[in-house]
Amino acid sequence: MANALSIKNLKKTYANGFQALKGISLEVGDGDFYALLGPNGAGKSTTIGIICSLVTKTSGKVHIFGEDIDQDFSGAKRMLGLVPQEFNFNVFEPVEEILVNQAGYFGIERKTAFERAEQYLKQLGLWEKRRAQARDLSGGMKRRLMIARALVHRPRLLILDEPTAGVDIEIRRSMWRFLQELNQTGTTIILTTHYLEEAESLCRHIGIIDEGELIESTSMKQLLSQLQMETFVLDLKSPLREAPRLARDGCLRLLDEHTLEADITRDCSINFLFDELSRHGIEVLSMRNKTNRLEQLFVHMVESNDASGAEK
Amino acid sequence: MTLQEQFIAFKTIVIKEVYRFSRIWVQTIIPPVITISLYFIIFGKLIGSQIGDMNGFRYMDYIVPGLIMMAVITNSYANVVSSFYGCKFHHHIEEMMVSPIPNHLIVLGFISGGIARGMAVGIAVTAVSLLFTSLSFHNLAVIISTVIMTSALFALAGLINAVFAKSFDDISIIPTFVLTPLTYLGGVFYSISMLPEFWQRVSHINPILYMVNAFRYGFLGVSDINIGLSYIIIIGFIVALYSYAIYLLRVGHGIRR
Repeated sequence: MANALSIKNLKKTYANGFQALKGISLEVGDGDFYALLGPNGAGKSTTIGIICSLVTKTSGKVHIFGEDIDQDFSGAKRMLGLVPQEFNFNVFEPVEEILVNQAGYFGIERKTAFERAEQYLKQLGLWEKRRAQARDLSGGMKRRLMIARALVHRPRLLILDEPTAGVDIEIRRSMWRFLQELNQTGTTIILTTHYLEEAESLCRHIGIIDEGELIESTSMKQLLSQLQMETFVLDLKSPLREAPRLARDGCLRLLDEHTLEADITRDCSINFLFDELSRHGIEVLSMRNKTNRLEQLFVHMVESNDASGAEK
Repeated sequence: MTLQEQFIAFKTIVIKEVYRFSRIWVQTIIPPVITISLYFIIFGKLIGSQIGDMNGFRYMDYIVPGLIMMAVITNSYANVVSSFYGCKFHHHIEEMMVSPIPNHLIVLGFISGGIARGMAVGIAVTAVSLLFTSLSFHNLAVIISTVIMTSALFALAGLINAVFAKSFDDISIIPTFVLTPLTYLGGVFYSISMLPEFWQRVSHINPILYMVNAFRYGFLGVSDINIGLSYIIIIGFIVALYSYAIYLLRVGHGIRR
């Protein structure tokens, strides 16, 4: 079966000579939930722009479910939905009409378009606002409107470019649930985000772009297994003045007098950690994994790439 | 896309465009009607009564077709240039770019919107002209075909202007410095036979002269220009501008990074 997305040696040089993409090759499987990460200006939005024909590529090949965007332009676009980073709808149009018009551009009958608009507006909590002009929506609602619009023609591949930027945590989490359900029904999702916690909890595969090059493309599990250390946050029963030293395989840091952070090597058992804490008379009320594991790796990889680039 | 899907996509653009200018009719339909009414009063009634006949017709009767055509030209142009540039400026042109609509349907959709506004204003101005004079129709087919083709031509010109425009200033430069002078010098208010021979020849370079005269022929049965030549010129311009507009969209000029 064809991959949802296949990119081969994609290059883009802008008119001012800036080389945004230096030959990216990438595969995203059918049904995957893929995170495309990278620092600002790394080339993520350029890559997405080329896939969705908003940016003209300099060279390379892009296939969407086996359809070459240079050969079967119409067939490839039909399978693709885009939620861009910037708001790009007519702010003077009513919400429902934005969806119905978008469906019309894909050749969907008006009656069907209205039915689908109702379905997605209800699912994304915008049905009450269907008659409102888009400019009257809050930032979070505008983001959800763009998701509804991208889905109205039922694409097999949905690309979201920072869909949760500037959205409060409650709406962000409801959007995560919606995207997870969508992915479970078979829609392939590619997500770019600056919230690495979001990528870690949603995505099964990950690609990291830096300075126009793909420096990593692997499964989330495999990437996280590269971590040599595991970090836990411990809530303490009694206040502590100083963090004790571990006999081996890690260290402890005191965040505040009731919170201790423990770094232990991955091959070290948690029992060892608790034996050590007991030895120092420390009682633990609760414990959780520190959620920025991906962030540690991401920063490390981008810094290493920058350092190797500087050496060259 | 199947033919039926293409028709739905085309219809969607047309409905959206017509809805856009109808929703703000006070800004799009009323101002040209007021402007042209002032022309009727000042040039047709007040000054026209002192001028006498032109080519055997009362001056008011002579200028009515030209004034209607002037309103059609400026409004079909203004509709597409502002709508398409607005789409670019607010980035919602991307809604069409990510969809499978072929470029020719995008162009045809916007042109149809321009024709619709040109016709709406043309009909309104014609209705107002009946307050000042009684219109005669020498050849209805020539009137209808000329007005549709002319509005299509200027809608295309508006679209091309919008593709190149980088700011809202850029969409007013062509109407102010090119379109208005060409319209005024295109025989709206006079017959070019009144001009010295040199200026008559110069006037033949002006494409609007052919449209105004073909339209006037439809009403009065007189023209400074051969009607067949007028049709050839108008169709030639439409084909050239349409091909250029398609080329610009295909290469993504001004809309694709």
